[in-house]
Amino acid sequence: MSTLVVSQIGPASSVQDGGRFGAQRYGLTPSGAMDKLALAAANSLVGNELMAAAIEIGPFGATFVAKGGAVRVALSGAPRPADVAKRPVEMNTSVTLSDGEKLTLGFARGGSFSYLAIEGGIAGEPMFDSLSVNARAGLGSPYPRPLQSGDVFETAPASETPEMRIELPRTSGAIRVVMGPQDDEFSDEMKALFLGSDWTVSATSDRMGYRLEGPVIRHLHGHNIVSDGTVEGSIQVPGNGSPIVLMSDRGTSGGYPKIATVITADYGRLAQTPAGTPFRFQAVSMAEAQAELRRYRDLLRSLPDRVRELTSSEFDVDALFTANVAGHAVSATDVTTWPGVTPD
Amino acid sequence: MADPFPRPRLLPSGDSAVTVEFSRTIDETANRRVLALDHALAAAGLAGITETVPTYRSLLVHYDPGVIDHETLCARLLALSAGSLAPETDIRRWRVPVCYGGENGIDLEDVAKALGLTPDEVVARHVAGTYRVAMIGFTPGWSYLSGLDPSLQMSRRQNPRLATPAGIIAIGGIQTGIQCLAGPCGWHLLGRTAMRTFQLHREPTFLLEPGDEVSFIAVDEKTFAEQERAAEAGELIAERIAA
Repeated sequence: MSTLVVSQIGPASSVQDGGRFGAQRYGLTPSGAMDKLALAAANSLVGNELMAAAIEIGPFGATFVAKGGAVRVALSGAPRPADVAKRPVEMNTSVTLSDGEKLTLGFARGGSFSYLAIEGGIAGEPMFDSLSVNARAGLGSPYPRPLQSGDVFETAPASETPEMRIELPRTSGAIRVVMGPQDDEFSDEMKALFLGSDWTVSATSDRMGYRLEGPVIRHLHGHNIVSDGTVEGSIQVPGNGSPIVLMSDRGTSGGYPKIATVITADYGRLAQTPAGTPFRFQAVSMAEAQAELRRYRDLLRSLPDRVRELTSSEFDVDALFTANVAGHAVSATDVTTWPGVTPD
Repeated sequence: MADPFPRPRLLPSGDSAVTVEFSRTIDETANRRVLALDHALAAAGLAGITETVPTYRSLLVHYDPGVIDHETLCARLLALSAGSLAPETDIRRWRVPVCYGGENGIDLEDVAKALGLTPDEVVARHVAGTYRVAMIGFTPGWSYLSGLDPSLQMSRRQNPRLATPAGIIAIGGIQTGIQCLAGPCGWHLLGRTAMRTFQLHREPTFLLEPGDEVSFIAVDEKTFAEQERAAEAGELIAERIAA
């Protein structure tokens, strides 16, 4: 039995997978990876199911050591310097740690969360079909809390297949939103201000919510509405007029008006926006948001086919991408439509 | 016969959810319509619905737009909303033991003073009520109950407490609530119950459902302590009662 031992890790690092669905009506939030495309990319590099559990690593550095045998891992998401025993490791590649070797990860640059997938997945006891950590509810496995130094992941010894790499399309531009559900609580002028201003993510943000800094958005009728349901990416405006984007560990209901909702395809990109980096919102129609969702799902589904041997020079990823867009619909947000996403 | 109720508003909540809003305020009829639609939707077995979240005044419907498109879903939701309210016959009723006052209900004295009642009168009026689970939200198992005696209404605390224990029974505004997990609370704490609305490794994990009826029974501290141990061992503590 090989193990991967956490020898040092910063806050805001935890085991996350595709999320925990089906109990929002009981107040249980889905949790799950903040950037599911990066989670899926890391998993596909080591042959795991796309939404299998991996280690979500916050903005600070971390070190891991293989013990009892070799361990293969893969890294995706927010770029950061990485090496194994002083050998540099590129983002979006797999790497094998020999017994006793150390993987050192630096601070995230130009993002917030990186994903370390372990070949064979993470062994744990699923709760509501998910290993994702929800520290407030005491859920998550193998550790129902953020990771600490000394934590151990048991895994099968690394396979002897070649190391892999994956190319991901670069995306940039405004974070797209569908207006509503409570955009009628705001004047046209305020909606224009919301869509026409630069925003930054506050440093006080976390997996529950991203506080935005920018102009003050005033309500037409006050900031207290009767609580109603929230989704990942709901943008609520509390009394102080500073919007909060509700993230993966949000409360399932909330009592502030929600001016708009981040589209699924752009949620991970927002989650990766570093504190202080300006960005804008752009309103799109429902039809456009759902067309983007289809493209996003196609991209997720195409990931295993985009994986190449590390040493291969083959580079025609776009052709491969378009060749693999067919197939049955898979929900990026609903774990129940991903067959076998948890190692149960 | 014409639909006796106004049409709900269908509000987009991103690309994979729609909010069916029956009212902007806390309204008994609206909440019954929310729960009736929730039942009707479950009974209809509509493909592509992934999850529903009932609240006081709206039903949040999560769906997979790859299976059902937005327009079709909205049309079905409107049609199902036009039906009658859910029949009252299959409602589950629970009796929940509560240890009122003392260190378990640190606000009871202050609440009584503010309302011009004795603590015993507050407890008597709270116990006399029959409540309905209007919604569960905020944190796992946090149950919002409608049906509070209007004479017990008072606004929430100016300064919410950042830490309150598990199992608190509280009042705030026109509602009473059961908080399952320890956590912050801005309501007035009347007592505690050993019942856990959410407990891992217990069947069922979540005890109360939106729409369930709840009444309270006062127990002393010794009984509460015994029930705490029994709850720890996985007992439900709440008693299912006949109509």
